[in-house]
Amino acid sequence: MAEHHSSYVPKTGFERWLDARLPIVRLMHDSAVSYPVPRNLNYFWTFGGILMFMLVSQIVTGIVLVMHYTPHVDHAFQSVEHIMRDVNYGWLMRYMHSNGASMFFIAVYIHIFRGMYYGSYKAPREVLWILGVVIFLLMMATAFLGYVLPWGQMSFWGATVITNLFSAIPVVGETIVVWLWGGYSVDNPTLNRFFSLHYLLPFMIFGVVILHVWALHHVGQNNPSGVEVKNYKKDTVPFTPYATVKDLFAMVCFMIFFAWFVFYHPNFLGHADNYIPADPLKTPAHIVPEWYFLPFYGILRAIPDKLGGVVAMFASIAILAFLPWLDTSKVRSGKYRPWFKFAFWTFVLVSVLLGYTGSQPTDKVVLAIGGRTVMDMVFFAQILTAIYFAYFLIMLPLLGLIEKPKALPASIADSVLGPAGSGHIAGAHAAPPKH
Amino acid sequence: MADQSMSEPNRRDFLFLATGAAGAVAVGGVAWPLISQMSPDASTIAAGAPVEVDLAPIAEGRAITLKWRGKPIFVRHRTAAEIEASKKDDASGLPDPQADAARVRAFEGKAQEQWVVVYGNCTHLGCVPIGFSGDYNGWYCPCHGSHYDNAGRIRKGPAPRNLDIPEFTFLSASKIRIG
Repeated sequence: MAEHHSSYVPKTGFERWLDARLPIVRLMHDSAVSYPVPRNLNYFWTFGGILMFMLVSQIVTGIVLVMHYTPHVDHAFQSVEHIMRDVNYGWLMRYMHSNGASMFFIAVYIHIFRGMYYGSYKAPREVLWILGVVIFLLMMATAFLGYVLPWGQMSFWGATVITNLFSAIPVVGETIVVWLWGGYSVDNPTLNRFFSLHYLLPFMIFGVVILHVWALHHVGQNNPSGVEVKNYKKDTVPFTPYATVKDLFAMVCFMIFFAWFVFYHPNFLGHADNYIPADPLKTPAHIVPEWYFLPFYGILRAIPDKLGGVVAMFASIAILAFLPWLDTSKVRSGKYRPWFKFAFWTFVLVSVLLGYTGSQPTDKVVLAIGGRTVMDMVFFAQILTAIYFAYFLIMLPLLGLIEKPKALPASIADSVLGPAGSGHIAGAHAAPPKH
Repeated sequence: MADQSMSEPNRRDFLFLATGAAGAVAVGGVAWPLISQMSPDASTIAAGAPVEVDLAPIAEGRAITLKWRGKPIFVRHRTAAEIEASKKDDASGLPDPQADAARVRAFEGKAQEQWVVVYGNCTHLGCVPIGFSGDYNGWYCPCHGSHYDNAGRIRKGPAPRNLDIPEFTFLSASKIRIG
């Protein structure tokens, strides 16, 4: 998009004085009031705002929890119980924080799948997309580090398993693991540094979110039709009130969902074993990560080789960053791609099933004929892993070449009102944005 | 432009390179303490000093778990039948080939093959395997399904190596020092 003029007009003398020195009100106005949004955005576009809310919620509850938590192997578990029983509203803060992590991931997975369905990663939004992948990685690191802090059995063994992933690195692996631990095993030095980093990373996420939004406002939002804005008057509406109100409404609905977990099922998404204090001599019988890591854990366990499993797991996340170049189709939105739709929903199903395999014991029988095991959980996960990677490496590159997409609407307005109606649109329209 | 790049290096070029090199050394000098502070500290290293273990209370066919350097160590007193079974598997295509004889240590030139001493962390991702279980009645790791035999050798599952053997020596026929 070309350069546009700001529609901000300072009203008072003070605003004029400030605008000449630090045009921060102008920045807010241009990015949250007059900023033009495509008029056809659906509710899947509200998750960016919901994620912003979740990040702030996690930071606020986290800062409060730190006021009562003790990062020491002898006191960490007790201090969490102290928060739950003694601290005023401590139970609320902790349940909001622990369930908030899950809500954060529910929202981010919807946000990612939305981007994948509507082709939001395609030019000119590649950098916007990659920044999103970076945020996702930082979120995963933050969630993992935070889960270790209560120092329960799952905390300890989760930390042991995940840090041991690095021992798969040839030659220097063991040295790196000792360096990460600050000792010969996961112990007090490990807990202390995890606490430090768990406090740091959310602010790094915040920084990358600013870049993410900057990139978004520079290239403009994608929309369900995947057609770029051609005429600001016809194709867009101003952010306020249209997007503001819609985002707020979605946020309230999401908060109800969030509150349902916090107040009625606060431990549903956690694991009971984490209410047992960490014991370095005893591994829980069935060790699983939090639900949001299960698909990747499923991939890790699917590969019978240690290094191979670790590489496949990291590759399954890193491959997201290459999506803009793996998808060869010129049509952005999946709405107009009949074959892609099928591939996409297969991918969603496979991701969910991979999560299921990650939650089950490896030797569990999936399919048996006449008492003979035809497929166990590992074999099932291997098939799913193959489909997962095939989506990126075979289906997306190939579909763009052989698929015949449906006819695209001439404009965003056309996609909403049909070619006849878009000529005369009543109501407000956005002022063009300024960069 | 061409004239400049072709000309002889002058004093400005030298100063530019020297400043850059000094800057790089300074950055490295500041970075190193920041990296090194994460390594095991002096108290952690001191707490990991060698320990002596009395083997006398461990009956034949039993095993104990002790904690050293924050990690479990298994000391298993094997029966003659178990040793026999393990030796028989020496040539059965092990994932990490190692003879039973290489899994035990000697005292005064005599192999103490009834004693197996191994780290109690699965070589896959560090979980603690369960003793006297699995397909080979050695150890079985509940996390990702690795089976070890009674000499701690990996037989089946994702673990890449046999259970690691800590550095240890026999002080007498019934006493070892680990570390």
